[in-house]
Amino acid sequence: MTRTIDRRQLLRGATLTGGGLALAACMPAWAQSVSAGIVKPLPTVSGEDITLRIAHQMMMIDGRESHAIGINGTVPAPLIRLREGQNVRLHVENALDEDSSIHWHGLILPFHMDGVPGVSFPGIKPRSTFTYEFPIVQSGTYWYHSHSGLQEQLGHYGPIVIDPKGVDPIQSDREHVIVLSDHSQMHPHIIFKKLKQQGGYFNFQKQTLAGLLAGKDQSAKERLEWGAMRMDPTDVADVTGSTYTYLVNGHGPRDNWTGLFRPGERVRLRIINASAMTTFNFRIPGLKMTVVQADGLPVRPVAVDEMQIAVAETYDVIVQPADERAYTIVGESVDRSGMARATLAPREGMAAAVPPLRRRPLADMKDMGMGGMDHGSGGSMAGMDHSAMGPAKPAGAAAPACPPEHAAMGHCKPAGDAATGGGQQGAMDHGSGGMDHSMRDFSVAPEVKKTPTVQTISPMPVDRMGEPGQGLEDVGHKVLVYTDLMAVDRNPDVRAPDRSMRIHLTGNMERYMWAFDGEKLSEVRKPIPFLKDERVRVTLVNDTMMGHPIHLHGHFFELVTGHGEFAPRKHTIQVQPGGTATFDVTTDAVGDWAFHCHMLYHMHAGMMQVVSVRPRDGDTK
Amino acid sequence: MSLVLSAMLLASAAQCTPEHAAMGHCKMPTAAKPKATTPKAAAKPKPAARPKPAARPKPAAKAPARPAQRSAPPSRADAAPAAAPVDPSCPPEHAAMGHCRPEASAPQQAAPPAAAAPAAAAASDPDCPPEHAAMGHCTPRATAPAAAPASMGTVGTALPAGNAPAPAAPEANYADRVWGRDAMAPARTALRREHGGMSYSQLMLNLAEVQFRDGRDGYRWDGEFWYGGDINRLTIKSEGEGTFRENTEGEVQALYSRAVGPYFNLQAGVRQDFGPGPDRTYATVGFEGLAPYWFDVEGALFLSDKGDVFGRLEGYYDQRITQRLVLQPRVELNLSAQDVPSSGLGSGLTDAEAGLRLRYEIKREFAPYVGVYWERRLGDTARYARAAGEGTGGFSVVAGVRAWF
Repeated sequence: MTRTIDRRQLLRGATLTGGGLALAACMPAWAQSVSAGIVKPLPTVSGEDITLRIAHQMMMIDGRESHAIGINGTVPAPLIRLREGQNVRLHVENALDEDSSIHWHGLILPFHMDGVPGVSFPGIKPRSTFTYEFPIVQSGTYWYHSHSGLQEQLGHYGPIVIDPKGVDPIQSDREHVIVLSDHSQMHPHIIFKKLKQQGGYFNFQKQTLAGLLAGKDQSAKERLEWGAMRMDPTDVADVTGSTYTYLVNGHGPRDNWTGLFRPGERVRLRIINASAMTTFNFRIPGLKMTVVQADGLPVRPVAVDEMQIAVAETYDVIVQPADERAYTIVGESVDRSGMARATLAPREGMAAAVPPLRRRPLADMKDMGMGGMDHGSGGSMAGMDHSAMGPAKPAGAAAPACPPEHAAMGHCKPAGDAATGGGQQGAMDHGSGGMDHSMRDFSVAPEVKKTPTVQTISPMPVDRMGEPGQGLEDVGHKVLVYTDLMAVDRNPDVRAPDRSMRIHLTGNMERYMWAFDGEKLSEVRKPIPFLKDERVRVTLVNDTMMGHPIHLHGHFFELVTGHGEFAPRKHTIQVQPGGTATFDVTTDAVGDWAFHCHMLYHMHAGMMQVVSVRPRDGDTK
Repeated sequence: MSLVLSAMLLASAAQCTPEHAAMGHCKMPTAAKPKATTPKAAAKPKPAARPKPAARPKPAAKAPARPAQRSAPPSRADAAPAAAPVDPSCPPEHAAMGHCRPEASAPQQAAPPAAAAPAAAAASDPDCPPEHAAMGHCTPRATAPAAAPASMGTVGTALPAGNAPAPAAPEANYADRVWGRDAMAPARTALRREHGGMSYSQLMLNLAEVQFRDGRDGYRWDGEFWYGGDINRLTIKSEGEGTFRENTEGEVQALYSRAVGPYFNLQAGVRQDFGPGPDRTYATVGFEGLAPYWFDVEGALFLSDKGDVFGRLEGYYDQRITQRLVLQPRVELNLSAQDVPSSGLGSGLTDAEAGLRLRYEIKREFAPYVGVYWERRLGDTARYARAAGEGTGGFSVVAGVRAWF
C-alpha cells in the first residue's frame, strides 16, 4: 500500500515540474546541499510505475547559473530506487525538441529495453512518451543516462539503487549516493568541435620551455625523443578543469555537498562516476574505504585509501568515521586539473581541509604500450630502437620439419629455440625498424585496419589490471587495483572460454579520431558477432596513451585476474594507457547491444560498435 | 604430423602435458573429477547471477512483435559439449589450425579438462600459456596475478580459452523484429552519423599582421579554412601581402584534402593569383601535416595556365614558453622550375622568408603577437627585382593576431 502513496507523490511531483518551473529547489532530497542521507523507506522515485520527464532547465553550480538537461527538474536526475524481483514501467516523456533516450546502465534486461537509439530501439521522439518495461533481476548501485547525442554531458544522468530481495548482505547504518560528474558552461557540441580543431585545446598543463628551465617534467633529451614520435606525455585527459567544474550530486566544490553521519556509524557510499569524460581518483583523507561492491555486484571487502573510478563504473564502499569531525570527499580528476569536493560531517555547516591538487602525471613508456620492454631505464627511450614485435609473433624462419603452427602447439621444437623463451627473446631482438616504425607496426596487431584513426600501436602492451591507474603508482598509500576485486558469489558460468579474441582501442589525438580496431562506427559494416551462450575471452589492447572505460551493454563479464570462478563481474572496465585488460563473457542475452568507450566524446567520435548475440538454432537472418 | 599425433594419443599420462590436454590431444588422469562437477555447478547459477524473468515482460508501448525473450539457457553445460561429435575428416586440432572446417554446425570447442589449468599455472601465466601466446591468442602477464586460495579459483577464468571459430557476422538489425524496419532504419543511419560520421569546419588565420619597415609599411595574411569529415575535406587557403596605398597581391587555393595517414593530408585543386602582376591560374597538388618533432609542414607544386611549374615549402613550430606564451619560428621557400620574366621570377629558389613571432593566447582562438620578419628574393629573381627598381627584401617588425574559429 505504501507503493500507492509513493506513486501518488511521484505523480504530483511530476505535475509540478511539468509546469515548467524548473527550480534548483526541486533538487531531490539526497542531492540537496546538506543531506541527511537516504532513509531507506523513502526513495525519491520508486514503485512499479515511474514517470520521468526529460527537459531543459537551469541549474546553479557554485553560485553560477548554467543551462542543463535534467529529468523531473533535477540534475542529476532523480534516484530511482527499486527492489530486486519487481517489475518496473518507466514512462519517459521527452520534452526536448530533439530525440532523446534513457539507457539503464548495468541493468540486465531485454535488449529492446536497453535504450540505445539505432541499436535497441528507435529512440524517443520530441514531445512524445515512451514506456520502458522490464523485470528487475539484480540488485546494487547502477545509473541511467541519455544515449542520444551529447545530452549526457548536459545533465541527463541519474542514479539507480536496487535493494536485494532479502536482507542486504552489506549492512550499514546509513548510506549516501555520490554521483560524480563533470559540467561545462561550454555546450558539448562546441567542446567536441574544439577537440576536432585542436586535440590539445583543453590541456593547459603541457610541457613548456619555462618548465624545462625550472627542471620540471621531462628532460630535454626525453622531450626530443617524444617529440620525434609526435607524442605528448601530458595528454592525460582530453577535456579538463580548464572548462569543467567537477560535481558531486550536482554541486560544485564550493557548494560543498555534505552527507551527514553519526560518529561510529557504518556509512555506505554508493559512488557512481556519471562523468562524460573524467576519470576520478577518489579518496577521503583520514578514512579507510572498504570496497564491498563493484559495478553493482558484491565483492569481498577490500580496504583502500584511494581508488580510481573510471567513467561509468560504480563502487560501493563502507566508511566508519569515528570522530566528531568533518571529512573531505575528494574526487581528483586524473590529470589533476580540478576536483570534485564534498564533505562527510556530523553536522551541517562543518568542513574539513581540502587537500591541494597533486602534480599531474606524465605518460611514460608503459603508457605508450612498451610495458614489455622492462629494460628501458625509467621513462627513457633506451628500448626504443628495437624493432618491437609482440610476443605473438613467431620468431624467425622455422625449420621445415617444424612449421610454426606445430611448434606453437608444442608438437615439436624448432632447433635451438626454446618454446617459452623464443617469443620473448625474438621480441627483444634488435631490428632495423626505427622509432617511428615501431610505434605503428601493424604486424603486432593484425586485427587493426590501417587508417588515419590509428596514430600508434602499442608495440608490447602488458596486462595492467594489477596496477592502480595513471598517476597513482607512488601516492604512498593503498590504491585499489582490479586484481584486488574478488566476487562474493561463485560465477554463474565457469566454463572455459570457447574462443578468444582481441579488440584494439585505437585513436589519433591530432585528428581527435577514436575507434575500435581502427574503424569508426560510421565506417563499420557488421557487428561483432556472438552466438547465444558462447563463452569468449576478450582481450582489450589499448593502443593509445589514454585510459578507456569500455562498456558492454546487457552483460556482466568476468575479469581475468587470477581468481578463477570468483572473478569480479563488471559492466565497464578501464583499460589503462598502452596496456591490456582481459575478461570472459557469456553472451547469454540475444539481441544487438552497444559496446563502446564510455568517454562521451570518444564514443561520439566513433569508438563504438554493435555486438550481436544470435540464437544458435540458425535463426540468424 | 599424424605420426606425432598418434604418438601423443598413445602416450601415457606422464606424457600428457596440460597444454596437450587442453587441446584435446589427451586426457589427464585427474580430469575426471572436476569435469564431473563443473557442469553441475554451472547448470545451477546462484541467485546473484542473472536470474531469469519468470514471465516475459509485457511489451511496452505498442511493440508489435514478440520481444526477444531472455530465457534461461537449457543448460549451460549443454552449450559446451566436452565431447562434441567430431567430424572424422576434420579433427579439432586441424580445425584449430584452419586446415579444415568441421561439419558440425555448432562451433567446435576444445573444451579442456578443468584440471589442466592449475597444472599449467605452474609453468607460466595460467591465462596465457606460451602456446596460446605464440598463436596470438593472448599476451602473457608480466606479473603473476595474486594467488587465489588453494580451494578455489581453479575454473572459470582460470581456464585457458579454446580456439573455436567465431560465428559469421549477421546484420545488426535485431531490433527490427520488435520495432519494425521502418522505425529502426533512420535511427541506425543517425547512429552511424553521430558516431564518427560528422562534419566540422575551422577557419584559421595563422598570420594576420601589419609589417613595419623603412617607409613602406605593409600587411600580410596567411590562413586556411576547411570543412568536412575526418578523411575528406574541402580546404580553402589564402595568403598574400600588400603595402598601404598600393596594390595587394595574393592568392586563393581551393583544394580537395584527403587524410592519407595519421598526420598528413594530400591536397589537390586550383590556385588563383590576384594583384598587380598577371592573374595566373594554377593546378595544384600538395601535402600538409605534422612532421616528427611537432613541425607543421606544408608543400605544394603549382602548374600555371602558361605551363610554368612552381613549388613552395613552408613550416612552423610552436614553442610553448608558458601555457599561453608561444614562440613561433616560421619559414617559407618558393621555387620556380623556369625563368618567368613577366612575373619577375628566375629559375631555382625565388625567395625565402623567415619569421619569429611571439604570441600570447588570451584564448586558444585569439592570440595577439609581435615579431620580426625577414624576406629575401634570391638568384635571378633578385636580379629581376633590382632591374625593376624594386627591393630584394629585408627585415620588418610585425604585429598581428593569430585567430581561429
